[in-house]
Amino acid sequence: MVVKRQPKVLTGTYFKNGNWAMVEGAIASGIAEFFAYPISPASEIVEYVSYRLPAVGGKAAFIVEDEIASINMCIGASWAGSKVLTATSGPGFSLKQEGLGLAYMTETPLVCLNVQRGGPSTGLPTFSAQGDYMQVQFGSHGDYPVIALTPWSVQECFVLTIEAFNISERLRTPVIILADGEVSRMMEQVTIPKEEEIEVINRKGPKQGIDKTKFKQFDASDQEDLVPPMAHFGEGYKIFGTGLTHTEDGIPKLDEDLHIELIDRIYKKVEINSHLYPEAHTYMVDDAEIVIISTGISARASLEAVLEAREEGIKVGLFRPITVWPFPRDEFEPLAKKADLIVVEMSMGQLIWPVERYARKECTLVKRIGGTPPDPKNILKAIKKLAKK
Amino acid sequence: MAEQSKKIDKSTIIEKPIKEFQHPQESLLRKKAIPTIYCPGCGIGTTINAFLEAISKYCQIPHDQIFVVSGIGCTGRASGYVNLDGFHAIHGRAIPFASGVEIAKPPMKPVIISGDGDLFSIGLGHFAHAARRNIDMTVICVNNAIYGLTGGQDAPTTPVGAKSRTTPYGKISFPFNLSHIAIANGATFCARYTVYEYVQLSKAIARGMNHQGFSFIEVISNCHVHFGRRNNLGDAIAMRQMFKKARKRMNEKDIGLDIHKTDIIFEAGKGFTKIPTGIFLEERDEPEEFSERIIDAYEFIK
Amino acid sequence: MEVHQHPEKKHYIITDESRCKGCGLCIEFCPKDCLGYSVEINEKGWRVSKMHRMKDCIKCYMCERMCPDFAIFIGENTKEEGAKD
Repeated sequence: MVVKRQPKVLTGTYFKNGNWAMVEGAIASGIAEFFAYPISPASEIVEYVSYRLPAVGGKAAFIVEDEIASINMCIGASWAGSKVLTATSGPGFSLKQEGLGLAYMTETPLVCLNVQRGGPSTGLPTFSAQGDYMQVQFGSHGDYPVIALTPWSVQECFVLTIEAFNISERLRTPVIILADGEVSRMMEQVTIPKEEEIEVINRKGPKQGIDKTKFKQFDASDQEDLVPPMAHFGEGYKIFGTGLTHTEDGIPKLDEDLHIELIDRIYKKVEINSHLYPEAHTYMVDDAEIVIISTGISARASLEAVLEAREEGIKVGLFRPITVWPFPRDEFEPLAKKADLIVVEMSMGQLIWPVERYARKECTLVKRIGGTPPDPKNILKAIKKLAKK
Repeated sequence: MAEQSKKIDKSTIIEKPIKEFQHPQESLLRKKAIPTIYCPGCGIGTTINAFLEAISKYCQIPHDQIFVVSGIGCTGRASGYVNLDGFHAIHGRAIPFASGVEIAKPPMKPVIISGDGDLFSIGLGHFAHAARRNIDMTVICVNNAIYGLTGGQDAPTTPVGAKSRTTPYGKISFPFNLSHIAIANGATFCARYTVYEYVQLSKAIARGMNHQGFSFIEVISNCHVHFGRRNNLGDAIAMRQMFKKARKRMNEKDIGLDIHKTDIIFEAGKGFTKIPTGIFLEERDEPEEFSERIIDAYEFIK
Repeated sequence: MEVHQHPEKKHYIITDESRCKGCGLCIEFCPKDCLGYSVEINEKGWRVSKMHRMKDCIKCYMCERMCPDFAIFIGENTKEEGAKD
């Protein structure tokens, strides 16, 4: 059997689904390994990577024994110098939490695709939901800053996956893509540009010619962006990583000041580099008296409602944060001052927490659980109710 | 005369030695992390020493290619004391981490030094799967029959009848025979030694590391502070004397097909009365290890 | 650090009191009963292991191998250093 080697970037226009686009994005970014455990609605990702990654010369795409092993293998492969990807859905994401905590603490670049499904527990497999919004930030114990991106179209699934890898490599931190079951399986047109048009950023390594014995794996004191350069296993730097509070060279030390300094830097690293994250998407907000805040598939339903309401003469706009963690506060706050707010989401109310916090007022919540996207009619009803007041 | 010989002789002291003396393994120790956190007389230190001697004396693998991973627990700290590439993973997940590195960088030689609780309680699934895949790694399990770091609760290796904090009336359930698990799941090298048998242990570690494939070395260690104290086995010295008496050398031929011959026998009140030690399995016509198989498997893609 | 040299075989035994935790393993397992506890305590409060009768030492490496804390070891005698007169 001979299989022809496939190109890394499949330039062209396709009619494909979100799972396909996310995999293509990851492969265009140059992943070498993929470890995951099958879980619907992310199983398709696992299946497609297993076919595609070996054919482009990637090292390995494996189904491993469980979700916990997959995230830990990803951390290992990342410390060995590879770009790695893992994919999962709600229950699997819960299992990955401890490993993700380790990745935040040891500043390991990796990307985790989370195709959200109905919960809690086994919930609604194969159906869609947006209930992992809070878990992404607060799932693992302790304090850690999260970068999470939400695509709403198949095209964005492709673009944001590349973006996620670039952010992750640049900031040495895990990045999570919060897709929902609907976006991941929706068929749509997707355009893949030429390979040279795709910007791929790789992590920075230690300076050439430095004394290897003096290199410190977690020393960011001379870095403007507070991201320490990363050395890998087998390069002779004798690096050490630990989930314990550690000194700049990675030695565990349970010290109060050290812990404050370390966690502070990890937070600041994500805060001061916020210009790297995708900006929020706004639609007809300039003259809007009512603004809908929504992400993923609910944002598409909301867009439909906005268009219908505009036809009826109600001034409505849409604000769609693409980077949901950290919440795009600077872009959102001016809007929140002048308009009434409606939050549309496929959960009992999670996105509404940061929205109400930054708006400093009560907002209307249009919630939809049960596995199918919200009905634009219901959103329109909420808009009309608010407009009458 | 006897009295005379017991006297302290200070005449052999050299006040100003010609050179500065260093421990033979000093260059392989992370000096910032020493002294270790271990209790006086703990067997984990001896195991680290044996491992360092193995890599510096008995096996020819370049030190840049070796990396040490450990999980959580007393033994989990071991990777921090070794001046090689290392990682201190989360509880039970040392093997998946090492597998990830090994798959991403096949020339690397992972060595996992971890405890019985970490590898066989919370991490048993990963151990079985790594052995099944025959990933090229060496697992050194320091088995002290108890959870030491958390204060002496019973582990899956605590023998029947042994007392611990959570089994004050004696352990009820049966313990694991770790060699049995390793062999049953497809490990291609399996050995067991007590901390008393330092040279044999060190050589077995080197032999396991030279072996291509999954190698498992169990080290029976003394946790005199938690296990020894509650079971009236005395201090570190008494426990090592017990190992000296209880060890029984066995090899593949002695065991044959009856893997139960390798079971450790513990009698409440007496302690360990039989600890079979030796190299229990070494597959000479080795099946290919995992990262080589990956490379071979994708060869047809051209 | 206390360095002892064997009068004839010329090898060294070095005890590092800053690392020793006084577990007594080397003292117990020394086949010639050369080692013993110190009278004074070290900075951590342990009575540490000291070489008491270097003349009896047979360089069996038992102490170095038993020690969990890298605190006692043997220094090889190399030609350049010569012997102590």
